[in-house]
Amino acid sequence: MSEAVFISDVPVEPWVLPSRGVVGMACLICAEAAIFIIFVVAYIYYIGKSISGPTPHDVLELPVLTTICLLSSSFTVHLAVVNLERSKRALCSLWLAGTVLLGAIFLAGTAMEWNDLIYRHGLTIRTNLFGTTFYSLVGLHASHVVIGLLMLSLALIFSLNGSMTHMHAAKLNVLSLYWHFVDAVWVVVFLVVYVLGR
Amino acid sequence: MATQTPEIEILNQSTPTEPRHPWLEVLHGWVTTVDHKKIGLMYIGYALLFLVIAGVEALLMRVQLAIPNNTFVSPQVFNRLFTMHGTTMVFFVGMPILFGFGNYLIPLMIGARDMAFPRLNAFSFWISAFGGLLLYFSFLGGDGLYGAGNAPDVGWFAYAPLTSRVFSPGHSTDYWTLAVLLSGVGSVGTALNIIATAICMRCPGMKMSRLPLLVWLYIVTSGLALIIVSPLTAAQIMLMLDRYAGAHFFDTQAGGSAVLWMHFFWIFGHPEVYVLVLPAFAFANEIIPVFSRKAIFGYPAMVAASVGIGFISLSVWAHHMFTVGLGAGANTFFTLATMVIAVPTGIKIFNWLATLWGGRIHFTVAMMFAVGFLFQFLIAGLTGIMLSVSPLDWQLSGSYFVVAHFHYVLVGAILFMIFSAFYYWYPKMSGRMLSEKIGKWHFWLFLIGFHLTFDFMHVPGILGMPRRVYTYEADRGWMIWNVIVSSGAIFQTIGTLLFVYNMIRAYFKGPIAGADPWDAWTLEWATSSPPPDYNFETIPTIRSRRPLWDLKHPEDPDSNYEF
Repeated sequence: MSEAVFISDVPVEPWVLPSRGVVGMACLICAEAAIFIIFVVAYIYYIGKSISGPTPHDVLELPVLTTICLLSSSFTVHLAVVNLERSKRALCSLWLAGTVLLGAIFLAGTAMEWNDLIYRHGLTIRTNLFGTTFYSLVGLHASHVVIGLLMLSLALIFSLNGSMTHMHAAKLNVLSLYWHFVDAVWVVVFLVVYVLGR
Repeated sequence: MATQTPEIEILNQSTPTEPRHPWLEVLHGWVTTVDHKKIGLMYIGYALLFLVIAGVEALLMRVQLAIPNNTFVSPQVFNRLFTMHGTTMVFFVGMPILFGFGNYLIPLMIGARDMAFPRLNAFSFWISAFGGLLLYFSFLGGDGLYGAGNAPDVGWFAYAPLTSRVFSPGHSTDYWTLAVLLSGVGSVGTALNIIATAICMRCPGMKMSRLPLLVWLYIVTSGLALIIVSPLTAAQIMLMLDRYAGAHFFDTQAGGSAVLWMHFFWIFGHPEVYVLVLPAFAFANEIIPVFSRKAIFGYPAMVAASVGIGFISLSVWAHHMFTVGLGAGANTFFTLATMVIAVPTGIKIFNWLATLWGGRIHFTVAMMFAVGFLFQFLIAGLTGIMLSVSPLDWQLSGSYFVVAHFHYVLVGAILFMIFSAFYYWYPKMSGRMLSEKIGKWHFWLFLIGFHLTFDFMHVPGILGMPRRVYTYEADRGWMIWNVIVSSGAIFQTIGTLLFVYNMIRAYFKGPIAGADPWDAWTLEWATSSPPPDYNFETIPTIRSRRPLWDLKHPEDPDSNYEF
């Protein structure tokens, strides 16, 4: 009965709406970007304002290898999505594993860098403003990498045990958007901390 | 107006009459629900609870300030009162009540069965609710500065370096930080959810250009919340690192900057006012046309003005910081940016007036509150423009004039529109009508009380009475004004109690509302009151901005005039 009331005699054009996963992730990325902007602003504002050492110039080294690893993981996760869309699940698992591995190398690199800074150079979050802003900004990014790696590892497990099929490609795509964002943030962090700030 | 058109009746054949459940089952149902209507109601109920608590805090402060040299509360307690009052009203009354209405109304208005992410919705509610509980747990758990009582006492904007460990020992400030952080997480979750719902869950025919204005304004307010709540979250993380890990973000001894906190806080703090006021505009956009019996005037201009307000509000924050000494360039920029925001706001006021113009106005209680809102929001905007002029701000900043100005916005505009929304949508939410007679008493008492309190609060501000003082000397000439201000609080309290009584009474004894008591035009009135769990038996297809008008007037549908 209600249909008779509502549906018009005019032919209704096909009703297509954007994916709520993509829209939701875009919103989350906006919010996360705002958090990172504040930490980046604080970092830039405090460059050279530390009243004691060590300074970035003394202790920071360019993390070239780990940066290459993290940035290339954007390509591997994209390939994983593409292969899942085409139902090539083995290839999808392979690329997902590659992504997790590259992300893990990046984290290991950060861990080694921090270990070196803390125990060889004596730089902690309490030492000076550089320590405060460095550990909080890089640490905030690293915590996002950890969250991304956990989710990618889950996806890898689902892919290996066969419960993730091409029907889930859209969901993996949403996850890959997050991972691309984490990589993009690293480009900014790299430029600010290791290029501008050094 | 309470008659029902037969077309609507057809849509309502499935009015649910549920059998009674044992209370434990009912409780379990509410705690585990992911239904947008139940979550919306929980948001509203939780906000009302905190409204009462924070209102009592305001009352205590007004008692203390009514006469000079009063010793009703100690200075320490007074500091805690204004901190808790401000924090509670912004984070645990304003945000949840507006998100509650949004949660309840948006899926109904766009013809959807639920929000885009129902479980995220439940998570956001519970994490915010937990934040509020944590804030008030500080009364028990925080070992505050003064030993005995121990709620946060750093003011709602918690300026550094007062919040550092040295000046605020104990845990009361940590409770404040964590509570605000959790509320922020919940707000971001709900804002994200509202945007995804409004964009991705629309029923067939609901193009963006046909979206009810309420939904449009919620998109803008949620987008704004996404961008501005996160900086506050970031600042809270920094503050926690300072307090717990010994970092130096706001530690001036180690070269840190207290002004940086001010910037970060107000980057959140000013747009937050618009996050709160845009939903009030949203209610006005739905209620004023229905009771003027006219379609809203200037729909595209309303949308454009709302988006404009959203953008401009991001560039005005430092007008809270004119007294810091930002320099002539920054002062000029922020003065001008603040004045520019009056343009889109003015467009809205003129559009509402044009909607009223020539309409057949029905002065229901909802409409009376909406008209009160129009008038008071105009005055609040005008004092806002006064304060945006930086030289005048140097004179008035930190005085009761500022307190009067922003309470004019928060109470005179936002709270009035929230009351209006209650009178308008309570029948939909409960299935019962609120009493118009008690409502009129509520309106007039609250109106008189509001004007007594907040009109006269401007005066001691101009006379130099600083905000946050716990008392004052008798020879300052402020007493008479403070007596008037405090006496207004009595009227507001009685009005609010009548409102609460009205809601409780109507729930049991109010006349049955039916699906469409106001003869309205948006989709939420097409389903039964209260709506069934699934909202609509058949997902509707719409052809204009006023689908129920089309339904009730098939001979002259709106869709003939819209493109």
